[in-house]
Amino acid sequence: MRKRHTTKDRLITVALHLALVAGLFFAAFPIYWMLTSSFKSNTEIFALPPTILPKAFTLEAYAAILGDPVKLRFFFNSYFVAFVVTVLTVLIALLAAYGFSRFNFRGKGSLNTLIISTQTIPPITLLIPFFGLVVSYRIFDTYIALILTYLVFTLPYAILLMTGYLNTLPRDLDEAVAVDGGTSWTALWRVIVPISLPGIVATSVYTFLLCWNEFLFALTLTKSTSMRTVPIGIQLLMGQHAFEWNQMMAMSVLGSLPLLLIYLIAQRFFLAGMTAGSVK
Amino acid sequence: MTRQKRSRHRLKRTVAPYLYLSPSLVIIGLLMLLPMVTVISYSFQNSAVLRRDPSFAGLKHYQAIFADPVFWASLWHTLYFTCMSVVFHMTIGMIFALMLNSDRINPTLRNILRVLYILPWLFTAVIIAVIWRLLLEPNGVVNSILMQLGLIGSKIEWFSSPETALHAVTFANIWAGYPLFMVSLLAGLQGIPKDFYEAADIDGAKAYQKLIFITIPQLMPIIISISLLDFIWTMQVFPLIWITTGGGPIYSTEVLSTYTYKLAFSSYNLSQASASAVVILLISLGLTLFYIRYQKAR
Repeated sequence: MRKRHTTKDRLITVALHLALVAGLFFAAFPIYWMLTSSFKSNTEIFALPPTILPKAFTLEAYAAILGDPVKLRFFFNSYFVAFVVTVLTVLIALLAAYGFSRFNFRGKGSLNTLIISTQTIPPITLLIPFFGLVVSYRIFDTYIALILTYLVFTLPYAILLMTGYLNTLPRDLDEAVAVDGGTSWTALWRVIVPISLPGIVATSVYTFLLCWNEFLFALTLTKSTSMRTVPIGIQLLMGQHAFEWNQMMAMSVLGSLPLLLIYLIAQRFFLAGMTAGSVK
Repeated sequence: MTRQKRSRHRLKRTVAPYLYLSPSLVIIGLLMLLPMVTVISYSFQNSAVLRRDPSFAGLKHYQAIFADPVFWASLWHTLYFTCMSVVFHMTIGMIFALMLNSDRINPTLRNILRVLYILPWLFTAVIIAVIWRLLLEPNGVVNSILMQLGLIGSKIEWFSSPETALHAVTFANIWAGYPLFMVSLLAGLQGIPKDFYEAADIDGAKAYQKLIFITIPQLMPIIISISLLDFIWTMQVFPLIWITTGGGPIYSTEVLSTYTYKLAFSSYNLSQASASAVVILLISLGLTLFYIRYQKAR
C-alpha cells in the first residue's frame, strides 16, 4: 500500500477539497440566490455590489403571493391535478405491474418493449393531436383534459417502477394464497399490496413530481387564469410584472417546496423514482 | 383438484394477465398510439384540426418544412444544445461522482455535499429558467461578479443578444441536468469490486491508470444508457428555452420543439406543425430503437 501523509498526498487532499468547494458554488449558488432574493426588496436584488445576505430582510414578496387568491388558485390546481393523477396512475400501474411480474403470457416481451419505448415519445408530438381531441370533446380548459394527458405520461414510468419492485418480492407469498384456493386477485390485495408500500410510495412520489413539473400541456390545454397551474403561473407573473423579481423568486420557492420536502423526507424513494427510467 | 377445476384454473391464469394489463393498454392505446397515428395523418392534410373535412395534401407540408431555413437552424440549435448538454452532464456528473466517492473526504461531509450537489435536479424547468434569467440579467449578479473580476469590460445581455443566447440556455440546461449522471455514476462506482483496485495497487498502477483501465470501463454500460436517454430527453426540451428566450432573439435559440409549438399555436398552421412533430418523433424513435437494442444486448 501507498504511504499516507506524504506532502504530495496532503496536497492532493487539499486540492480535492478546493474542487469540492468550487463544485458546491456551481451547484448551489443559483439556488442560494433565488432563496435570498425572495427575502429582498426589488431594489436590493440589483444593488451594486450585490448583497450576499438580504440587508433589509422582508417577507413582502411572500405576503403578496399568499395574499392573492389568483395565485393561491394556481397552487390548488397544481396540487389537485397532481394528486388525482397520482392516485389513478398508481392504481392502474399496480395492476399492470402485477400482470407483468407474476404471469407469463403471449406478447409479454413486446408489451414490455412498447412501454419502455413510450417513455421517449416527444411531448410536442402528442400535443397537437391532444389539442385536436380536447377541443373536439369539449374538454378544453378543464381538469379532465390535464388529468387524462398527464396520465399517459406518468403511466409508463409507474408501470416500470412498480414491476421492478414487485419482481423483488418472493413469489412463494402469493403462491401460498393460490394453494389455499385463493385467486390472484385476492393474492394481490391481501399479500402483495401490504408489502409493496415502499414501491407504491416511490411510484407516487415520482408520479407527483412529473405532474407538478409539467408545463407544455398545461400551457396549451388550459386558458382561463382559474385553470392554470404553478409553472404557468410563474410564467404569467413574469409577463405581467417583469420587474417584480422578488415575487417571482418567492413564487418559485413556494413552487419548489413539495419537491424539496419530499426529497428531504424520503430521499431514498425520490432517487428510486428519478433514476427508474434509466437504470434497469 | 379435479381435471375440470384444473383446466378452469389454467384458463384463469391465461386470461388474468390481460385483464390486469387492460386499463393500462386502453389508456396507452387511446391516448398515445392513436394520437401518434392522428398526428401523422394531420401532417398529410390541409388545415388539419381547423376544418372538418380537410383535403389531402400529400407531402406538401414536409416540403414546406424542409424548404424553411428556420427549420434547419432549429435542427442545428437542437443538435448543439443537446450534444453540449449531454457531454457536459456526463463530464460534470463524472467529476462530482468521483470526488464524492473519494476516501479522502470524511463521510459526513460526503453526505452533505451529495445532497447539495443534487439540488439543481429538484427544480422545475420553469423555475430553473426564471432563476437563470435573474442571474443573467444585464444588471444581474453574474455580470457584476464577472466585471469585478475583470473578465468582461461591459455588461453582457446573455439571453437577448444573438451571439450569446444559445450558449446561455445551453449553460442553464447543463447546470440543471448533470445530477442524473452523478447519481447513476455514484451508484455504479459503489458497485465496482474493491479487489480490482487492490490488484492494481499491487501492480503499482497510478491513479489515472486505475481511472482509465478499471473505473471507466466498469461504468461504460451506465454511461452509454444514460447518455442515450439524456440525448432523447434533452432533444425534447421546451419550457427552459420557452421561458428564457422564447426561441429568440432572431431565431438564435429556436429549437425543434419551440419551432413546432410556434407553427401550431402562434401561426395556427397545425398541418405543418404536425409534419414537424412527425420529424421529431422519427428522430426520437430512431434513438429509442438504438437504446432498446443496447439494453437488450446488455
